[in-house]
Amino acid sequence: MDQIEFFTASRIIVVAGKGGVGKTTVSAGLAMAAAQAGLRVLFIELDDKPSAEKFLGSSTSWGYEPTEIFVPSGTGHISARRITATKALTDYLDTRPLAKFSRKLITNGIVELVATAAPGIDDLLVIGKIKALEGERVADLIIVDGPPAGQAISLLMSARALNNSIGGGPIHQQSAEVLELLRDRARCQVMLVTLAEATPVSEMIDTAFALEDEIGVHLAPLVINAVEPVSALEIPESLNLASGLARAAQFQNTRTAQQSQEIARLKDRLAIPALELPFLTTIDSVAVAAAIRHQIELLP
Amino acid sequence: MSVGPIIADSSIIICAGSGGVGKTTTAAAIGIAAARAGRRVVVVTIDPAKRLADTLGISGKLGNEPHRIELGSGETGQLWAMMLDTQETFNEVVRQYSADSEQVKRITSNRFFLNISNNLSGTQEYMAAEKLFQLHSDDRFDLVVIDTPPSRDALNFLDAPSRLVRFLDHRVYRMLLAPTTGGLRVISAAMQPLLRTIAGVVSAKALDDVLDFFRAFEGMESGFRARASEVAGLLRSPSTAYVVITSPSVEAIEEADYFIGQLAAAQLSISALIVNRLQPSFDESPDLENRDPAFDYSALDENLTNLNARSALQLASVAQLVDRVAPAPVAFVPLLSQDVASPDALGVIATHVIANQARTSGL
Repeated sequence: MDQIEFFTASRIIVVAGKGGVGKTTVSAGLAMAAAQAGLRVLFIELDDKPSAEKFLGSSTSWGYEPTEIFVPSGTGHISARRITATKALTDYLDTRPLAKFSRKLITNGIVELVATAAPGIDDLLVIGKIKALEGERVADLIIVDGPPAGQAISLLMSARALNNSIGGGPIHQQSAEVLELLRDRARCQVMLVTLAEATPVSEMIDTAFALEDEIGVHLAPLVINAVEPVSALEIPESLNLASGLARAAQFQNTRTAQQSQEIARLKDRLAIPALELPFLTTIDSVAVAAAIRHQIELLP
Repeated sequence: MSVGPIIADSSIIICAGSGGVGKTTTAAAIGIAAARAGRRVVVVTIDPAKRLADTLGISGKLGNEPHRIELGSGETGQLWAMMLDTQETFNEVVRQYSADSEQVKRITSNRFFLNISNNLSGTQEYMAAEKLFQLHSDDRFDLVVIDTPPSRDALNFLDAPSRLVRFLDHRVYRMLLAPTTGGLRVISAAMQPLLRTIAGVVSAKALDDVLDFFRAFEGMESGFRARASEVAGLLRSPSTAYVVITSPSVEAIEEADYFIGQLAAAQLSISALIVNRLQPSFDESPDLENRDPAFDYSALDENLTNLNARSALQLASVAQLVDRVAPAPVAFVPLLSQDVASPDALGVIATHVIANQARTSGL
């Protein structure tokens, strides 16, 4: 598949996956690959704690305002920012009456009260902000380094839950618009990341069904991360099976056989194309981007 | 130095670590190791994937009450496991501190209360701590092992009791409700514009739920506060051990390092470090005399070199963390060639957890 075609299939890609699968490195590599293909990319981090910064070569933590990221080759560029519920709520309340009063209350814990009174509202505010950025066409592609898989479902589900529970007013309107965005293949797709291991694969299958059936979001190609090269090592009969050489070969053969089995199970359960990224000993966004570009070429 | 004495002597073991390091599996393995040592241990997990139950071979049987796990014959200890139900635990707490069943009903049926139980950040951690307290006081057990919620900020677990009390005791709500006039609280006139703003965001109905909840909750604050301080005291007791679990990945090591810093800031110290899923290394002696001259060994040689290089790299990545936690013992648990999906595999992990190990891996 052509790189531009891949990266312009939707205007937003939300990257999600269980803890430890490399979701943030994949997000950063994806942003780099899209920029190298010539696109203007907006990278959005949702976590409060810096995590993607080091993969994209930023020495300081990103804030709410965009930070420009150096792209070593290609004509595109990346800007990165961090969007949190508190900041999105301040933004929202600024557009309402009594803006000054509301601002003061934010520091007094009102966000917790509001978020608890109407759960999911913090998530909705975050997606609402991303929707606004998409509407303003600030970038060709917005990449969201999403929360871990379980929380990704609640982040994306918040709009539907609030739309059902709140009968009218601005939140109802906002949640209806967010739902429309999430269900529009040309505007938003979710990219799920996993390792080729039993637990993350099982979790990814559950997440994929939940996202498709319960919200109606469209899934981008899956990412299977840290894949070991597979070639069953032949152990000659004469080799002492207790030797390091034989034990290392058996270890690797068992691991890769299990890996192939998990990849097969994933492909069997989810009929979605997959990008298989190789295991990398040193991880930076340029190396991950190169692997992603190569895998995109292999897609039909 | 071994993790064994910690498992033999503590009355509570709190397992902390980032996602994907095998925290739940390790907590279960610690439980098995303790039961093998003759202790009556209960493992509490907060695992939405219900993986612990699967691994222990008791799918669908874990709930908010401890369930006995059968060990092989000859074991003197007992292993129990349970899965935390945040909502049910919170209901138990409300029942304990309510004046009467009418108050229990008003609170537990309130929608805002249900939201607090399921969505307020820190509630899950507090209920985990509350359950820990209950199990610690339960004569059936002499060790409680708990797998902490997958929180980014592991210290949430430590200050969750006081955070919930602060939330329920917040001055914003005191502002919302004017001083009592004839037993009935009314909303002060000065707060009307604020309430309209909040209602505009969360809907008027949701706001009514909030006000109803705080009216119903009245009188329970002191009981809550007293319990929270008891729970907080237990988390600081010398017989409570903090075991940090990491994998050799850079991200997991950073999270572990961050958590150890948080413990230190809270004037607590790490009791043991478990480095899980370490790639094993293999004997490199070339065994040349037995080589078949007709066979090409280059792929086998390359594989051995690669695996050992990766093992060395992983050990180098954790070296600093291992030094930092001294004198706390460190256990190195190898990545098994098969996924850990059975009680037997957990038993293998348990053996590695308590093995006598030097500060560098002997894998």
